[in-house]
Amino acid sequence: MLYRETGLFKTSYQADQALFTLTQDRILIGLILLVAFAIVPFMVNDYWSKAILLPFLIYSLVALGLNILVGYCGQISLGTGGFMAVGAYGAYKLMTGFPDMNLILVVVLSGGIAAAVGVLFGLPSLRIKGFYLAVATLAAQFFLIWMFNKVPWFYNYEMSQITVPPREVFGVLVTGPNSEPASQYLFTLSFVVFFTWIAMNLVRGRIGRGWMSIRDRDIAAELLGIKPLQTKLSAFAVSSFYVGMGGALVFTIWLGSVEATEAFDIQQSFFVLFAIIIGGLGSILGSFLGAAFMSLMPVVLKLILVDGVGVVPVDAKHIEIILVGVLIIVFLINEPAGMARMWQIFKEKMRLWPFPY
Amino acid sequence: MKLKSLAILAASAAVLATSVTVTPASAYEYMVPQLVYRTGPYAPNGIPLANGFIDYMNMLNERDGGINGVKVKVVECETAYNTKVSVECYENLKNEGDSGALVFNPHSTGVTYALIPKATSDEIPILSMGYGRTSAADGTVFPYIFNFPTTYWSQASAFIKYIGDREGGMDKLKGKKIALVYHNSAYGKEPIKTLEVLGEKYGYELMLLPVDHPGQEQKATWLQVRRGKPDWVFMWGWGVMNQVAIKEAAGIRFPMDKFIGVWWSGSENDVAPAGEAANGYLAGTMHAPGSDFAAIDAIKKYVYAKGNGAGEESRVGEVLYNRGMLEAVFTAEAINNAVNIHGTKEIRGKHVRDGLEALEMTEADFARIGLKGFMKPFKVTCEDHEGGGPVAIQQWNAKDGKWVMVSDWIEPMKDIIRTLVKEDAAAFAKENNITPRNCG
Amino acid sequence: MDVLYALLLQPFVFMAQEPLIFAETVVKGLMAGVLYSLVALGFVLIFKASGVFNFAQGTLALFAALTLVGLMEKMGDGLPKAAIVVIAIVATIGVMILLAMIVERFVLRPLVNQELIILFMATLGLSYVLEGVGDLTWGSDVKVLDIGLPDGVFDIGGVYVEQLDVVAAIVAGSMVTVLAIFFNKTRIGRALRAVADDHQAALSVGISLQQIWVIVWSVAGMVALVAGVMWGSKSGVQFSLSLIALKALPVLILGGFTSIPGAIVGGLIIGLGEKVVEVFWYDVHGGAVENWFAYMLALVFLMFRPQGLFGDKIIERV
Repeated sequence: MLYRETGLFKTSYQADQALFTLTQDRILIGLILLVAFAIVPFMVNDYWSKAILLPFLIYSLVALGLNILVGYCGQISLGTGGFMAVGAYGAYKLMTGFPDMNLILVVVLSGGIAAAVGVLFGLPSLRIKGFYLAVATLAAQFFLIWMFNKVPWFYNYEMSQITVPPREVFGVLVTGPNSEPASQYLFTLSFVVFFTWIAMNLVRGRIGRGWMSIRDRDIAAELLGIKPLQTKLSAFAVSSFYVGMGGALVFTIWLGSVEATEAFDIQQSFFVLFAIIIGGLGSILGSFLGAAFMSLMPVVLKLILVDGVGVVPVDAKHIEIILVGVLIIVFLINEPAGMARMWQIFKEKMRLWPFPY
Repeated sequence: MKLKSLAILAASAAVLATSVTVTPASAYEYMVPQLVYRTGPYAPNGIPLANGFIDYMNMLNERDGGINGVKVKVVECETAYNTKVSVECYENLKNEGDSGALVFNPHSTGVTYALIPKATSDEIPILSMGYGRTSAADGTVFPYIFNFPTTYWSQASAFIKYIGDREGGMDKLKGKKIALVYHNSAYGKEPIKTLEVLGEKYGYELMLLPVDHPGQEQKATWLQVRRGKPDWVFMWGWGVMNQVAIKEAAGIRFPMDKFIGVWWSGSENDVAPAGEAANGYLAGTMHAPGSDFAAIDAIKKYVYAKGNGAGEESRVGEVLYNRGMLEAVFTAEAINNAVNIHGTKEIRGKHVRDGLEALEMTEADFARIGLKGFMKPFKVTCEDHEGGGPVAIQQWNAKDGKWVMVSDWIEPMKDIIRTLVKEDAAAFAKENNITPRNCG
Repeated sequence: MDVLYALLLQPFVFMAQEPLIFAETVVKGLMAGVLYSLVALGFVLIFKASGVFNFAQGTLALFAALTLVGLMEKMGDGLPKAAIVVIAIVATIGVMILLAMIVERFVLRPLVNQELIILFMATLGLSYVLEGVGDLTWGSDVKVLDIGLPDGVFDIGGVYVEQLDVVAAIVAGSMVTVLAIFFNKTRIGRALRAVADDHQAALSVGISLQQIWVIVWSVAGMVALVAGVMWGSKSGVQFSLSLIALKALPVLILGGFTSIPGAIVGGLIIGLGEKVVEVFWYDVHGGAVENWFAYMLALVFLMFRPQGLFGDKIIERV
């Protein structure tokens, strides 16, 4: 009853091409943004910021990036951790090399560096397909991590653990231990919102349609005149750009100190892949839902099991691992198309609610 | 389907509801968090470390009613040796309980690096006992970080002294070759600089052999050893890497008594899979092995006899168990100090920091605690957060299945190490806009 | 110029100068390759029969080895050693068969006809479950695995060869032979090949897919047990064992997902390649390159044969 198109008339092409054509959607998004920008910053503390909001936001950005590659362009990649590391170390080198550079620029440039590296490692995708490509992208994962650990230039000839120097944005401290959780949260949130908006427009435009045609049937797409080289490499570039920015944010905002071998290892790659599959391949919303599921579920389970029921932490961890595994399998069985699809079904139901026929 | 999901929903709601029930208020307690890893690739080492710590605190609670009559509450948080989870644990626990977290023991060099800035800004001390960032030994730049009784760099210099002794004089080191087999991470790379600096001084050649996590496969590394024919092999390993390395060393018939592991590569776990072949393997240590100490008897009496032990009684007294216990001893002493200094029992993290800084462990103190001869006396100062830095060498006796001390306490080369520490700390201070405090 | 020399010539000079070390590197490389093949073999079996890229294979190895050690510890010293070992192995095989049935019933059957990546992710989920259950049941300590395998070194004219490796090679060799006979000569084996070739056709001649899956997962479980025993004898049985799956992946793409000989040959190439490069190119890279080099090597092969050395030719239609 509340949620339906009836009575909404589009009177211009512009209205027809809007990102959210439904008034209800616009109101909902507006409300969410209002809460996220205007209310949450006043309530957030260290724990909420470091343990819940920052991981969720950053992983959403990374998942979005990977979803562009896997969900929209159909190229499976297990090198996510490596590309995140490129972003993180890129940010470190930029921050220490140019101390006056604005942090916003640092993060975007780090993404750019990651994009270049992504294109390089995307080249084999022109010849190798499917799972062979997935395993081949592990070459990028292992090589990049090895390189950041090995070459002293990347960590300024000190310990291979890099630590973020304190930086301000518009006069507000956002990196380092003394920054306020609210400012860190707002900085990250702005990035995520802005680049989500870009991504939404990318995937419904010419570039995005090219990706999807390559995903759906690459040879047919080629016959139709879509160039596999540009299309696949642009997907690798855009995807790595997002992933690289995510890595830069992990380093500068969230953790403040990382070591390539530990923070960006292969488990990261699996983690993000899980997020997009559970959230929904080829769905912007899915990237957010999946990131929320993967990053919040362990915390919630821990809170329930340890603080709630009083299970010994180690057993709780085992139970948590088992539960995560079981939940993943259950999810894949019940809704292989992901949480985004569940949301869609829910919306369908809402159109008729409360009088279904 | 609908019914099923409803049932699930109801079940989770029930769980949530029980989780918010408030526990009744109880007497004032000291909250000491423990970042542990009883799961994941490094669990075999994490378990005894955590057990030793918890058992000792429980013993204090049972025997003395806590510290100065205030019970100690140890809250575990499982990290699986993962930095991201550790950060979550840290944020979750830092304000827990009546006292807030009094002191953190990260139990991982990587996590220590990650927590140093944050803990400093939150005014909670970190006790990274024999691991973590070595240059944190400079108390002027790292007021909240403690790594006594000794550090990786001190240990590396002690190893050099030890082999100089074995070779018949430091001048005999000239032209010798030392291979360093290390965990390819910030932790494993710690000793490289020290060993290089000392190499220039004593004229030995250093060969670097990194091993990637987890280190299940090391055939190539030990072929390198065979190829380079080093006179000595040092190892900075952790977890499965240790076990495989010892086995591979035996496989190329490298003399075990010329193979020295860091103190994280010298536990019962590490030598077990190699069996007889590990006999004679050496490792650094900062405390004595074994269970012939009054404090351990007390743990058995007050904790295990009542069935409250954290682990199996047969494993009490293992190397890593003793190290966890030692950590608890220092924590308890520091809390006691803090209470004495500030004259109140209701202390916070920053007070314990003062307690840690005033820590002086004499022979008499160790005897009082029930650890006579357990380790060498040392003293922490405002300037020096490393204490004396004494290191000993222990050797594995496979026949009796136990570690035996085979050296006296070796004084590290303090002058050289201290210079390196000062340099590194100054660089950190500069990069992070820290003004070193004045200890004078 | 120096760099080029170090990269292109120096290593070969070293090889000529140090023939003994070179011989030993080759032998050890091949031996390591055999161990990788053991893990890769499990992947191939399952992929062939059910089209599932089973990432849980490494965890299966850990789980099998854990069960074996756990059972041996439980039985204590009451019986002669040989009897304990035999009983424990039989019981472990039983557990692996049971596990295969559970996996088939609760994971594979509901996921029939799903996309490859979904199935792959499901096996990752499965590996979490197995890790948790294994840890919860048997604890996380390092467990010494001693089933009486020889533990020493052969000295063949100055070349050291570990006896355990030789045993592993023999076991792997005989296992491949047994599998080959099983696949080619037995009724079930033929059914397995039929399923691998064409699910629909196999179904239409009355082969039960579910039964075949149980069998194939059981066999993969036994292969995992062997791999777990071989790796676990060296390092003790502990969590890290599950990470050997990552060493098997480059072997897999190099050999091709669907080929048993591919797994063996791929393993040997990877083992040999990474050891030789790690040892003789040390001056260029400074160590610890094995992990990524294996993948790079596989990638180079893929550039020429995108389906792996022995994989089925990929036929693409519009």
